[in-house]
Amino acid sequence: MTRVGGWLAAAGALTLPLWLPSAYHLHIVIMAGIFGVLALSLNLLLGYTGQLSLGHAAFFGIGAYTSALLTLKLDWSFWPALAAAIALAGAAGWIIGRLALKLRGAYFVLVTISFAGVISLVSVNWIELTNGPLGLPGVPAPELGRWSLRTKTAYYYLVLAAVALSYTVSRRLVRSRIGRAFVALRENEALAESIGVDVTHYLVLAAVVSAAMAGLGGSLYAHYTRFVSPEVFLFTYTVTMVIMVVAGGKGTLAGPLVGAVLFTALPEALRAAASWQWQMLAYGVLLVLLVFFLPRGIVPQITASISGHARADPASRAPSP
Amino acid sequence: MDQLLQHLLNGLVLGGTYALLGIGLTLIFGLMNVVNFAHGEFYTLGAYAAFAALALAGVGFFVALLAAIVAGTALGWLCEVTLLRPLRGESIDTTMLVMIGVWIAMQSAELLGWGGVAKSIPHPFPTAPLVLGPIAIAPLRLFVLVLAAGLIAASWLLVQKTKLGRAMRATFQDRDTAALMGVSIGRIHAATFAFGSGLAAAAGALLGPIFLVYPSMGDLASLKAFSVVILGGLGNLPGATLGGLLLGIAEELGAGYISSGYRDAVGFVIIIVVLLFRPSGLFARQERIA
Repeated sequence: MTRVGGWLAAAGALTLPLWLPSAYHLHIVIMAGIFGVLALSLNLLLGYTGQLSLGHAAFFGIGAYTSALLTLKLDWSFWPALAAAIALAGAAGWIIGRLALKLRGAYFVLVTISFAGVISLVSVNWIELTNGPLGLPGVPAPELGRWSLRTKTAYYYLVLAAVALSYTVSRRLVRSRIGRAFVALRENEALAESIGVDVTHYLVLAAVVSAAMAGLGGSLYAHYTRFVSPEVFLFTYTVTMVIMVVAGGKGTLAGPLVGAVLFTALPEALRAAASWQWQMLAYGVLLVLLVFFLPRGIVPQITASISGHARADPASRAPSP
Repeated sequence: MDQLLQHLLNGLVLGGTYALLGIGLTLIFGLMNVVNFAHGEFYTLGAYAAFAALALAGVGFFVALLAAIVAGTALGWLCEVTLLRPLRGESIDTTMLVMIGVWIAMQSAELLGWGGVAKSIPHPFPTAPLVLGPIAIAPLRLFVLVLAAGLIAASWLLVQKTKLGRAMRATFQDRDTAALMGVSIGRIHAATFAFGSGLAAAAGALLGPIFLVYPSMGDLASLKAFSVVILGGLGNLPGATLGGLLLGIAEELGAGYISSGYRDAVGFVIIIVVLLFRPSGLFARQERIA
């Protein structure tokens, strides 16, 4: 059943550009894919180790700026720039992981926010490098051998590959020993440590992989919109990622993707009806409502009602897949 | 040297309002275990309430300040009773997510209601600075400093000398025992949140006339309040006061001697450095209240 569903989903995803009525729809799907990568990235930290990063836009922005600067100023081609973006974002994740390894809960959140704040101020003030608030226009489209991936259809397949990669990495990670260590950490850190889980090691690992994945999303974003400015560090991006993960179902693999599709498509659908200020207002209210009425997220809720044993005890919240 | 004195004085004025923000947050954080990311929004609310009272209702400056404090207190109370009370006993992450939601919702509502254009609050003070030897201070800033000091003293008296304050301290030390002794935890939480929000609104109404009022002003205010709390230690009232003054002065010195573009980075760096090396705060022997 799930296997058939998986093949159908794969077939649908591979032929999607043929089904969509317009380039605009394809654009939304591409953005959903980029946000899917970001949501999967945040989910590794928030969903599996239980640490909320409110500075995830920093890793996204570092990826976007690295990729844009290397292709623009040093004439690197897309692929090595992408690798560098992933590596640099991962390195930033390593620093944050090392720095914050003693901090949990609110304190971890504050360090990640502060880190994002400092990076954002650097992007505005280091004008020689980043061109300040004006940003960097003209980021080149990626090329694959002789082909330019300039068209939306080509870019769609690039993003699809990135989503598949992020999903596979997440899946391999959380279904391995490492993933069980993450969950052990989330559920009871003292107990996990007492049975020999190296807490520091696994938290840093989660931070590095998560940040690198966000860097991948940043690079894809930069080469798709062809423009990078300090706006990539906007808190809105972080909030969007958090809502996607929490609404979809944190600590599940499908949840973040469902959340990403839903919360990219929904604002677009509402665009005609409501301005973005109203949408942000709705996001805020929605986050509150989710916590009250759907605390486990959409995917776990659906899974639970399908298998017919919607458990009521709070201990089973955010079950592992 | 004269320049240094001037920076110190400006830093004190900023620091006084940071201390107000920090005291409110440290009480809420310490007593209720709620990470109130919406704290800065009550600061914004205070600034807009003062603006509305002055520019739209046409009342006097001091009445407008009072109106801001009342608005912040009332909305804080409402927020606690409707959103936080049902979630008492939930994990700290759950309430944190709710407060992030409140933060976004309040800020978007302000943006919708007032528009994105910054507003300036008129004030009755003469603009010519008072010159005291080598340093100068605008009368408005002097007033802000004095009023902030008064509000800080009042908060200290409330926590130390009143029955409510004693119940707050008892709740902070041991919630269960306090409840057994007849302290109504629900009422203490509501009072704490309302009081902290009122202080934040006061800070917004005080800084509003000095700077400009705009919907996203609360973001930085929240982060500064958090750096003050972290500097001072959780639930530590004198710590928050000192931390606020220290942050104000550090920002002025950073802006004056390093680069004004990085003024707001000072708070971020303080958060990171203090949490890494002295997570219990600069002034704390242990976590405590008052």
